[in-house]
Amino acid sequence: MKRAIRYFLSAAGLVLFCGTVCSAQPLSSTELVNKAREYDGKSVVYVGEVVGDIMARGDFVWANVNDGENAIGIWLNKELAGEIRFAGSYQAKGDRLEITGVFHRGCIQHGGDVDIHAQSIRQISPGRFVREELDTGKRNFTFILLGVLSLVLIFIRRRRSKESGLRTG
Amino acid sequence: MILRPQLQDLKNIGYYSGKILIGIGLTMLVPMVVGLLFAEINPALDFLIGAEIALIVGLILTKLCFTEKDLNWMQGMVVVSLSWLATMLVAAIPLYMSGHWGSYLDACFETMSGFTTTGLTLVQDLDHLSYAHNLWRHLGPFIGGQGIVVIALCFFVKGVSGAFKMYVGEGRDERVLPNVIDSSRFIWLVSIVYLILSTLVLGLVGIANGMKTANAFFHGACIFMAAFDTAGFAPQSQNILYYHSVLFEVITMVIMILGAMNFNLHYRIWTGDRREIWKNIESRALFIIIIVIFLITLIGLSQVGSYPRALVMFRKGFYQVISAHTTTGYMTIYARQFIDDWGALALAGLICAMAFGGSSCSTAGGIKMLRLGVIIKALQQDLKRIILPERAVVEQKIHHLKELFLEDKQVRAALLITVAYLALYAIGALVGMFYGYPFLDSLFESTSAAANVGLSCGITVPGMPVGLKLTYIVQMWAGRLEFMSVFALIGFFVAAIRGK
Repeated sequence: MKRAIRYFLSAAGLVLFCGTVCSAQPLSSTELVNKAREYDGKSVVYVGEVVGDIMARGDFVWANVNDGENAIGIWLNKELAGEIRFAGSYQAKGDRLEITGVFHRGCIQHGGDVDIHAQSIRQISPGRFVREELDTGKRNFTFILLGVLSLVLIFIRRRRSKESGLRTG
Repeated sequence: MILRPQLQDLKNIGYYSGKILIGIGLTMLVPMVVGLLFAEINPALDFLIGAEIALIVGLILTKLCFTEKDLNWMQGMVVVSLSWLATMLVAAIPLYMSGHWGSYLDACFETMSGFTTTGLTLVQDLDHLSYAHNLWRHLGPFIGGQGIVVIALCFFVKGVSGAFKMYVGEGRDERVLPNVIDSSRFIWLVSIVYLILSTLVLGLVGIANGMKTANAFFHGACIFMAAFDTAGFAPQSQNILYYHSVLFEVITMVIMILGAMNFNLHYRIWTGDRREIWKNIESRALFIIIIVIFLITLIGLSQVGSYPRALVMFRKGFYQVISAHTTTGYMTIYARQFIDDWGALALAGLICAMAFGGSSCSTAGGIKMLRLGVIIKALQQDLKRIILPERAVVEQKIHHLKELFLEDKQVRAALLITVAYLALYAIGALVGMFYGYPFLDSLFESTSAAANVGLSCGITVPGMPVGLKLTYIVQMWAGRLEFMSVFALIGFFVAAIRGK
């Protein structure tokens, strides 16, 4: 009997463990938006890059996190938000985070927005400033076009002075 | 007998098109300077290249086709339709060079969408786009909304009576002031005053919402340009949802409504005649139709239980209806939610709102309230004729800036353009269905493109078929110019081939 109970408990533990791993699989923004009713009010894991402004609202902040398909608003407390160092823009790559939180398809607290109320965040990879290097091809092309434009302007000016010369002459 | 276009026709068309291209080239210097201010060197080079190409082509055209002769109606219309196509091709150069658009066609789609104040977008990774390119995306609607030709009339065309032909060709059949150039200048005055005020207000709200100061004012300016010009572009991929702010939503709604108002009405308000708002057939029609469509949308949303609370449903529903009706296209929901969450009735309500559009002589697209008002009044008149004794004289009045007797000529013109719009919506929907999209999705996206709205239910993505991209480009172009210039261009080409 003891043996049977031990087997049962082991099996139940295994099932629970598998279930936890499955539910811990990150969901894409497209899947969340397309199956919003299914995931509404449930705890989800979402991974993406922080983009734009980190907007403080009292003890909480809004951070928008883009997974490459869409961006979703993440509502998190200031303590958690303190871990965010970089937000993505033209000149920066934002921190890549794994967010665990409750998904809302029409959040009552936030006027019906689709959002995730974060319970925990984990940094997967840190962000960084993006150093812009001069594109020499573009620079050279600019100079060539500048030359052509100057020639056109010189040609127009010469013809204009010729025409005015003919008129006065 | 069709007459083949003469050399003088080509010269006139080339000369004025060249002037407009020079204007576009000079405008590109604005994002170039902004790029330099934000230390974005490569984006600044993209705009310098774009400006140089536009100036070279524009200067060559004005030199080769130099003329002092005035434009006739056909030439004026052809100049307008060709200028819009040329602008699309030139304005797309810096966007394509940024690498954020998958192809040159995608960049052309974006510029046509911007200049026609539509707002459908094919940009990739918008959240990492430079300030310079983002500004250009929003400057497009600001120029196109007021009118590419209108801006040219302000700065490059002086005292030419042919100016009126171009002004009309750009979908404006009303003058605010007796002189068309003064009208153009008034349109720009209104726009710039609102730009300054709204950027200030939106910027301050952005700061209060936790945005960085520079970003808040940059977003404020961009959002104003896209809201007042009923375009619907936003600097971030989430559109208005990015801000998570009810105040931001309220302010953008006010700006959208201002953008959808007739510039003549703005003039009346500015000159102290506020009563005109309540008497005008357009503002009355806009008010009534918004209420009716909002009720339809609410019923549709509650049928499918889209939102858990009435207040939430009101906020989401009202914003999307205002955005659709003013043909702006700002969204506080994700594109797929229209299909998955909103249900057929609410979606049908939005399609009607988009199809009807805003006021004439505004930056809005669609059939327009004045035409709808004229058609409804004509219907009333016909019903009266049936009901009243045969000998009774039935006259119908409408109030649009002044009391007017409804004439058959007016009704015919309104019906003609309405039928043309309905045909354009249907053609786009058919093409969508040809590519395998469901009927409602296709009709929604087609109406959005042709009425220059910009709301999307998810069809407009970079991977959509090339044929559909081309269809939407043509729809946006024809819808913005209200057909006449497009018909004139087709007629011009037919005459060039078959004329004698």
